[in-house]
Amino acid sequence: MTAAATSRREIAPSSTPADKAFRGTVRGAAVLALSVMGLIGVFLFLRALPALQVTGWRFLTTAEWLPGVGHFGVAAVLEGTILIAGIALLVAVPVGFGASIWIAEYAPRHLRPALVSLVDLMAAVPSIVYGLWGFFFVQPHLIPVSRWLSENLGPALPFLRVDNAETDSSFASSAFIAGCVVGVMVVPTVTSIMREVFSQAPTGEREAALALGGTQWAVVRRVVVPFGRSGIIGGSMLGLGRALGETVAVYLIISPVFAVTTHPLQSGTHTISALIATLSTESSGVALSGLLAAGLVLFLFTLLVNAGAAVVVNRSRSGQVTG
Amino acid sequence: MNEPALLAPVTPRTAVRPHLVADQVSAWFGDHQVLEDITLTVHNSTVTALIGPSGCGKSTFLRILNRMHEMVPGASLAGRVLLDGEDIYERRVRPTDVRRTVGMVFQKANPFPAMSIADNVVAGLLITGRKTADKDALIERSLRRAGLWKEVENRLRTPAGTLSGGQQQRLCIARALAVDPEVLLMDEPCSALDPTSTRRVEETISEISHEVSVVIVTHNMQQAARVSQRCAFFLAEDGEPGRIVEQGQTYGVFNSPTDPRTADYVAGRFG
Ligand SMILES: Nc1ncnc2c1ncn2[C@@H]1O[C@H](COP(=O)(O)OP(=O)(O)OP(=O)(O)O)[C@@H](O)[C@H]1O
Ligand SMILES: [Mg+2]
Repeated sequence: MTAAATSRREIAPSSTPADKAFRGTVRGAAVLALSVMGLIGVFLFLRALPALQVTGWRFLTTAEWLPGVGHFGVAAVLEGTILIAGIALLVAVPVGFGASIWIAEYAPRHLRPALVSLVDLMAAVPSIVYGLWGFFFVQPHLIPVSRWLSENLGPALPFLRVDNAETDSSFASSAFIAGCVVGVMVVPTVTSIMREVFSQAPTGEREAALALGGTQWAVVRRVVVPFGRSGIIGGSMLGLGRALGETVAVYLIISPVFAVTTHPLQSGTHTISALIATLSTESSGVALSGLLAAGLVLFLFTLLVNAGAAVVVNRSRSGQVTG
Repeated sequence: MNEPALLAPVTPRTAVRPHLVADQVSAWFGDHQVLEDITLTVHNSTVTALIGPSGCGKSTFLRILNRMHEMVPGASLAGRVLLDGEDIYERRVRPTDVRRTVGMVFQKANPFPAMSIADNVVAGLLITGRKTADKDALIERSLRRAGLWKEVENRLRTPAGTLSGGQQQRLCIARALAVDPEVLLMDEPCSALDPTSTRRVEETISEISHEVSVVIVTHNMQQAARVSQRCAFFLAEDGEPGRIVEQGQTYGVFNSPTDPRTADYVAGRFG
C-alpha cells in the first residue's frame, strides 16, 4: 500500500454541471432576496439620518412628536406598538393553539380539508376588512368588557384603572380594544402555521401513545405538542410580526396620543405604523425623515424578534428539551 | 431451513386456557378486503407465532387484537375478538382499557424521540397517569429484559432519538414490558436487530411467556420454531384476502404440515 492511499485525504461530494447550474440559480435568488432586505435597511437608514442627526439617541427616549422644534422620538409609539402586539398575541396564541389542535386532532376527518381552506382563506382577508369589522362591530361590544375589567380588577391592578369612566369614549379607543381586533386578525395566521406542524406529527409516535392505553388527549400532550413546539413558536412569532406591522385596523380604532401608554384600557395610544400612516402625507424635511427613522426602528425591532424566534425554534427542534 | 433439534414439543407450565380468541374475523381497508374468516385462539402462557408472506395481513390481524386497526381511516372489520371471554369490540368496552391490557411492539420502532430513554421506558405509566413505587427499578428491569440495559445505563437521560435503529426497537420492547400487559403483540420485533440482541429478546419472550400471552409475527422460521409453541400460517393468494391456511402446535406445523403450501413455505420454497 502506498503512502498516498493510506494518508488522510480531503473528500467532498462532486457535482454535475446540471447541479452546478441549479445551485447557481437558487443561490442568485437567495442573494437577491437578501439584498432587497439589506437595501431596505440602507435606504431607511440614509433617509432617517437627517432626523437622527437632530435628535441623536434621544430619538429612542422621547415620547413627544414635535419635529418643528426638533423634539421628537419613538418612545411612546414603540411602546404602544409592542403593547398592542402583546395584547394581540394574548388573544391570538391561545385561540389559535386551541383551534389548530381541534382541526388537526379532533375535527371530523371529512370536515378537515374544508376547515383548513377556511382558515387559510381567513388569513388572506385584507386587514382593512378586519379593521372595519373591528371599528363597527367589535369596538362597541368591547366597551362593556373594558368597563367590567376596569371596575373589577382596577382596584387591585392600578394599570387597569380608567379616568372619566362614566363616558364610553374613555374606553373606546384604547390599546386593549385595538389589541383585541389585531389579535382576531392574526388568529388565522397563527392557526394555519400551528395546524400545519401539528398535522405532521409522526403516525408511529401517535400509535405508540395509543397502544400504551393513551387517550386522544395523551396523544396531543405527549406527541403532538412536543413535536409541534417549533410550530407553536413559529406561528406565534409570525403572528407577532403581523401584529407589529398592522396599520389600518389600529389606525381606525385608536385615538393618537404621544405619551407612553400606561393604562391599556384608557382611550389614547399610538403605534409606529399608525404614526407613519397619519403623518406621512403632511410631513416634509426633518419631520418626514423622522417618520423614516421610526420605520427603521420598527424594521430593526422586527428583525430582532424574528432572529430571536429562529434561535428558539432551532433549539427546540434538536429534541433536547422535554415537557 | 428448520432445525428439528430445536422443536421438541413444549409442555405447558400452567393450566392452559384460551386467553384471546379471534372468532371469524374479516378486515377491510375501504373496499379492499385484506383478511377473511380468521379464527385463532391465543392461549395463556403460550407464545403464538404468525407466519406468512409479506402483505398477507399479519400486521393487520395483530392490530385488530388491540383495537389499533380502527385508527386507520376507512378501516372496518367483521367478527369478534374475545379477551377472557368478553368481546373487545362491544360498545361498552373502552379501547384504552383494551390497549392497556394488550400491549404492542410495532413493526417500525416508534420511541418518543424527544423524551429521555428512561422516560420512554415508563411512558406507558406517564400516559395513563399511573404511578409506580420504584421507577428506577422498573426502568432497569424492563431495559434488561429487552437486552438494552448495558448499552444505555450511563445515558438514561439522553433523548431516545439518539439511539440506533435496533436500540430504538429494543427500547420499544422495554416500554411495552414496563406496563405489565396480559397479552403482548409483537410485530417482527427482531427484524432490525443483530443476532445477540435477537437472542436476548427471544430469551425475554420465553421468560415472560410464563405470565404474558405473546403473539409474535416473524419472517424468520427458525425464530418461530425457537420461541413459539403454537403457530398460524397466513396466506393471501393472488388478489384474495388473507386466510389462515394452517394452525396448531408449532412442532406439528413445521414438521408434518397438512397443507402443501405450508410445507413449501416453512421449507423456504416460496414467500
Ligand atoms: N393503512 C392501510 N391502508 C390501506 N391498505 C393497507 C393499510 N395497511 C395495510 N394495507 C394492506 O393490507 C394488506 C395487508 O397488510 P399487512 O401490513 O397486514 O401485511 P403483513 O402481512 O404485515 O406484511 P409484512 O410481512 O410485509 O409486514 C396489504 O395488501 C396492504 O396493502
Ligand atoms: Mg407487517
